[in-house]
Amino acid sequence: MKLKKRIPVIDQGDRLGFWGGKFGGNFVPETLKKPIEDLEMQFNKLKNDKNFIKERDKYFKNWIGTPTRFIKLNNLTKHVGGAQIWSKVVSDANGGAHKIYNATVHCLLAKRKGKKVIIGDTGAGYAGKMLSMAAKKFGLKCKIFMGAKDIKRQQPNVKAMKKNGADVIPVYSGSQTLVDAVSECMRYWVANCDTTAMCVGSTVGPAIFVRICGWSTSQISRELKVQLINEFGEIPKKLKLYNCVGGGSSSFGFWNEFMDYNKKQVEFIGVEAGGPSKSKRHAAPLTYGSKIGILHGAAQYVNQNSDGQIEETESISAGLDYPGISPLHCFLKDTKRARYTAASDEEALKAYQIVTKYENLRPSLEPSHAFSVAIKEAKKLSKDTIVIINSCGDAYKDRGILEKRLGKKYVKSN
Amino acid sequence: MLNPISLAFKKAKNESRPALLTYTVAGDSSKKQSLEILKAISNHADILEVGVPHNTPVADGGQIQTSSYRAIKNGIKMNDIFKIVSDFKKSKNSKPVIFMGYYNMIYQYGENNFLKKCKQSGVNGLIVVDLPWPENKNFSKKCKKNLINFIQLLSPTTSNKRLKSITKDSHDMIYYISMLSTTGGKLKVSPKRILANYNKIKKISPKKNCVIGFGITEKTISNFKNTDGLVVGSQICKEITRSLSNRQNPVINVSKMVSKLKKKIS
Repeated sequence: MKLKKRIPVIDQGDRLGFWGGKFGGNFVPETLKKPIEDLEMQFNKLKNDKNFIKERDKYFKNWIGTPTRFIKLNNLTKHVGGAQIWSKVVSDANGGAHKIYNATVHCLLAKRKGKKVIIGDTGAGYAGKMLSMAAKKFGLKCKIFMGAKDIKRQQPNVKAMKKNGADVIPVYSGSQTLVDAVSECMRYWVANCDTTAMCVGSTVGPAIFVRICGWSTSQISRELKVQLINEFGEIPKKLKLYNCVGGGSSSFGFWNEFMDYNKKQVEFIGVEAGGPSKSKRHAAPLTYGSKIGILHGAAQYVNQNSDGQIEETESISAGLDYPGISPLHCFLKDTKRARYTAASDEEALKAYQIVTKYENLRPSLEPSHAFSVAIKEAKKLSKDTIVIINSCGDAYKDRGILEKRLGKKYVKSN
Repeated sequence: MLNPISLAFKKAKNESRPALLTYTVAGDSSKKQSLEILKAISNHADILEVGVPHNTPVADGGQIQTSSYRAIKNGIKMNDIFKIVSDFKKSKNSKPVIFMGYYNMIYQYGENNFLKKCKQSGVNGLIVVDLPWPENKNFSKKCKKNLINFIQLLSPTTSNKRLKSITKDSHDMIYYISMLSTTGGKLKVSPKRILANYNKIKKISPKKNCVIGFGITEKTISNFKNTDGLVVGSQICKEITRSLSNRQNPVINVSKMVSKLKKKIS
């Protein structure tokens, strides 16, 4: 299995949508074949269309607010005492997370297709919040599917979705988290694909959704590349990019533009959710060697039992609490372009405490996983190494969990 | 010699009625009871679809999900499901059995192993909901080699071009999904329109047995008397759920329901 150079990774799949011959694909009911083919045709045409890109960039700039900041974390660097620690503050984006890029692109596509309704899944609530924002902006009706357990633990985002006029549909089946929300959303699309557009909230699902999402979030690394050259005059000789990985949309977007660099120069480190340290359950299929299986239309490494039933996950962070992982990350793992590891709930909480103590930055529980590993590794790295963590979400949505686990002083009012 | 599935269609045709296909989930509500249900309904049904429960089903509505979760919760495993089929095949009134499920269960078992087990236990056909054409080309060939019917699905969104290619690659039986819906949805399209699509398929592929499924219930079934076969699933699963919550015997209730369904199309 080999990663090709000078071809975008999203376009390296084969005719049937498999990366490396085995990850991804289209394991979907017959009914969805046609809408998926339509979307493929539309996207393949538009992704090279100058006018469409202009339109996208206009909304990215004026509405989402690009570029998001690239800042040095001086106090944290001093405290850790090793590599230089920087952050790409993607949570600056309108709405507070990277999910806005994919949501905006899906709404632009839906609008052009003349669809009136857009549906989506959500775990942490960011994908849903952003889709509800974008749908409102573009005049589309919006339905968001969300696990009942996640609705309880991510109330601020649920309120935001409702404020934007979206229907939030609680999903009570299975573990009542993201995995069930995605299933229910796909089922709804099966029954309504003639009138309704679907947005999958991450780089998961049938191949076309993986591609659209990866294309959209790549905005992050496009910006970062320019910012690095402005700051250092070149791409640093020793660069390490840390990102949390659940479905994998922010990490893929954070890395995409650096894909062709030698990994000795630009290393990618994906941090999965290891779950509570005392529990056997986790949401880290790459770190803990899960087998390949089919989930939500795509072949991927996925937590499952020997029969093929998908296993329940456990993580403090709703956004990473998913048993599978993007086919793109399976591909990057097996081609050895990226390295994957995990952080536990407790480690993520500790990292959150450290970051908020030293810096005026409040990463949500998802990027706190990445901070945890980055802080640990930066200690042992030379001063000329540039460590960058994608702070892809803001902790406002986690205030309930943070208050419960860490006490009131860690929750600042907004 | 005709395979058992084609034979069942032929027998129904001789009685000038569509074949009746039922769908129940293996292990719902227990291994023993699902076997009893199969034995009881095979007195009336012509072909039995046995659902292989999966916990992330992307095409099943509430009724079948409930049955599937119940079966999984009660610990049903793939090998138990094969055992249910082989036990059923030993009973005196056994009928052709078709597995209906999701590809991951086959993938984890290993395609070849899975087919070997199907043959040993007496499974006659397979419906794999999330393995569409052309992705299913290789696997359906393997099925054919093992004398197992791979049943292609068609839906209202299937283009004419696809329709031709799929029917060309299909075996003796095809399954037409009546409308855009998960299983168990209310029939939201007129029977006339469904039959028009059905006739279009029959025109392209007159020799293949084409069944209609999704939205077929006691209320709607008699609209489709002039077809090769009809599948009733969610209503049966619902009846099992209802019986359990009323502390009645699902075996008796489901058997009664299937007998009624049969009368409506006879």
